[in-house]
Amino acid sequence: MTATSTPPREAVPQQRVRQRPGDRIFAGLSTAAAVMILVILAGVAVFLVWQAAPALVAAPEQIGGESFWAQVTPLLFGTVLSAALALLIGAPLGVSIALFITHFAPRKLAAPLGYIIDLLAAIPSIVYGLWGVFVFAPAVVPIYTWLNENLGWFPLFAGPVASGRTMLTVGLVLAVMVLPVITALSREVFRQTPTLQQEAALALGATRWEMIKYAVIPYGKSGVVAASMLGLGRALGETMAVAAVLSIGGGITFNLISNQNPATIAANIALQFPESTGIGVNLLIATGLVLFVITFLVNFAARAIVARTTKG
Amino acid sequence: MKRSTLGRAAIPAAIVLSLGLASCASNEQPTDSATSADPGAGSSSSAPELEGTLNGAGSSAQQAAMQSWIAGITNTSPGLTVNYDPAGSGAGRTQFLSGAVQFAGSDAYLKDEELTKAQERCNGGTAIDIPDYVSPIAIAYNLEGVKDLKLSPEVIAQIFDGKITTWNDPAIAAENAGVTLPATAINPVHRADESGTTANFTDYLSKASNGAWSYKPGQEWPAQGGEAAQGTSGVVAAIKATAGSIGYADESQAKDLGHVQVKVGSGYVGPTAEAAAKALDEATPASGRPEGDIALDINRTPTATDAYPVILVSYLIGCTSYADATEAANVKGFFTYVTSKEGQDAAAKAAGSAPISDSLREQITTSLELIK
Repeated sequence: MTATSTPPREAVPQQRVRQRPGDRIFAGLSTAAAVMILVILAGVAVFLVWQAAPALVAAPEQIGGESFWAQVTPLLFGTVLSAALALLIGAPLGVSIALFITHFAPRKLAAPLGYIIDLLAAIPSIVYGLWGVFVFAPAVVPIYTWLNENLGWFPLFAGPVASGRTMLTVGLVLAVMVLPVITALSREVFRQTPTLQQEAALALGATRWEMIKYAVIPYGKSGVVAASMLGLGRALGETMAVAAVLSIGGGITFNLISNQNPATIAANIALQFPESTGIGVNLLIATGLVLFVITFLVNFAARAIVARTTKG
Repeated sequence: MKRSTLGRAAIPAAIVLSLGLASCASNEQPTDSATSADPGAGSSSSAPELEGTLNGAGSSAQQAAMQSWIAGITNTSPGLTVNYDPAGSGAGRTQFLSGAVQFAGSDAYLKDEELTKAQERCNGGTAIDIPDYVSPIAIAYNLEGVKDLKLSPEVIAQIFDGKITTWNDPAIAAENAGVTLPATAINPVHRADESGTTANFTDYLSKASNGAWSYKPGQEWPAQGGEAAQGTSGVVAAIKATAGSIGYADESQAKDLGHVQVKVGSGYVGPTAEAAAKALDEATPASGRPEGDIALDINRTPTATDAYPVILVSYLIGCTSYADATEAANVKGFFTYVTSKEGQDAAAKAAGSAPISDSLREQITTSLELIK
């Protein structure tokens, strides 16, 4: 270990190095941290199943007249619909912003813009909710009215329009909320694209767009998918913003601009919990369990997609 | 090369997701505020001095009044610290029954099964409901140029059920002769969360509307249609945001909106504290309650023509018997102050509630004697 000229790689002796206390402590700490994550996750899962069980096995009369699945289906639908809308709007936007920052923006603009996007992630969700209710929802009413008058035959815009507190507004607010996650991760991935490949594309006569299309995007695809799934995770679990913005009417509908919207699981729990007692609480926790499972499925799906795109 | 990028994205992904889930779950648990009551060591329980900490939780409707009461009792008994967590009536009752807090505030009196459960918590005694907060619920609307709208319970029921959809409907015009009503669409606004305000409003609709309201009264809004908003402030904001809206909210929170005068007998009455107090006088005690419990069933069709029947009665819930004598003295002292004339006036000033009558106060005083 003394200062010598760099030894050839093969010459490194394979003998066991004496363990020092620092190594042991660090290994122990990091192992404990890793185990803790698993324990916490298992703890949450056990709590959910244990608390949800009474509602899952209860007769429909005990939990408000309808069976558990009849009650949770509209919630599930609302959760998936709002998250899907958010992703549909947020993902292309986030990827575009990331590409702009890494490949189009002048250096002076790129850094502050990236910083501002990251800042969006720091805004508490309830602030997004209040902004959605007081500023955004009233502002989009004229647009919804126009949509309803001109495209009212299309089920998505059947209306009637009253206030702007609709599923589409929620989707847009959630899109803004998932934007920083998707942008930040995509930006990092695009930035890693090997310069050689980009230069090679340009040298072959590709325009800048073609270079991005053939060199940058394929390279970053799996990262973008992972980023989108992270964003989807946030949108699925978002509580306060949805609870504040959405006007909940129950039922399943694709009508995006009326006041009758299906609730989301997380928002429903937040809204109904304070006044719930007994089996009502178990019922809410059971819906939470459903959300837990859905989020897991999304994560697994994301990993599957990532694994496939990596191999291909 | 690709692999490393992947790991970078996927590992934080897993961590953030699981953290997000963990925080989801923790939201579902009621936040137990500090539960340990300081047992004011050494002080004898017969002394009028109140000492230690008293923890309560429950109704958010009582929050403004509760703040004035906490300020008031701190003046007279500086040794006593009262904490109140406005977690919601249901959460408050649950925490009280589990022994996490010494008293609860609730917009509904204890259900029979909760009374049974309370015997265990109350050290062999029973739990009692003490009415402490009476507030008129305003039916507020946003309609430019229209003041003092008059509506019968039947018409109100049809509006909130989506049967009457425009403001110039003949049924509304018939009750408001001489008022020019616009053809604006009606946007009925209701609570998205379960609430005592909804329970009282739907109770009023089902009892006073002669069958025009076909749903059962309850904390959760039963009808389809209309806009839903979170909390009293959410409802008020939604009414203000859209012209042609009508909704229901605690009168003190909806001051700057138009208030419907509801039909009582042959006249019309607006939501004032005096009119609410008149309606409370006609409330009848609920049947089958334990000794000392003052649970009231409100008469939604009062005979007094100046009574406003859309009111909310909120309760303090305590035990007749506490394991700790200091605790019992604290609860008794605080309840006595809250229901005193002084306490009720403080709440009226702070939250616009209707002070309880002297005859009800006498009844309450007798009940509070039971707390030991």
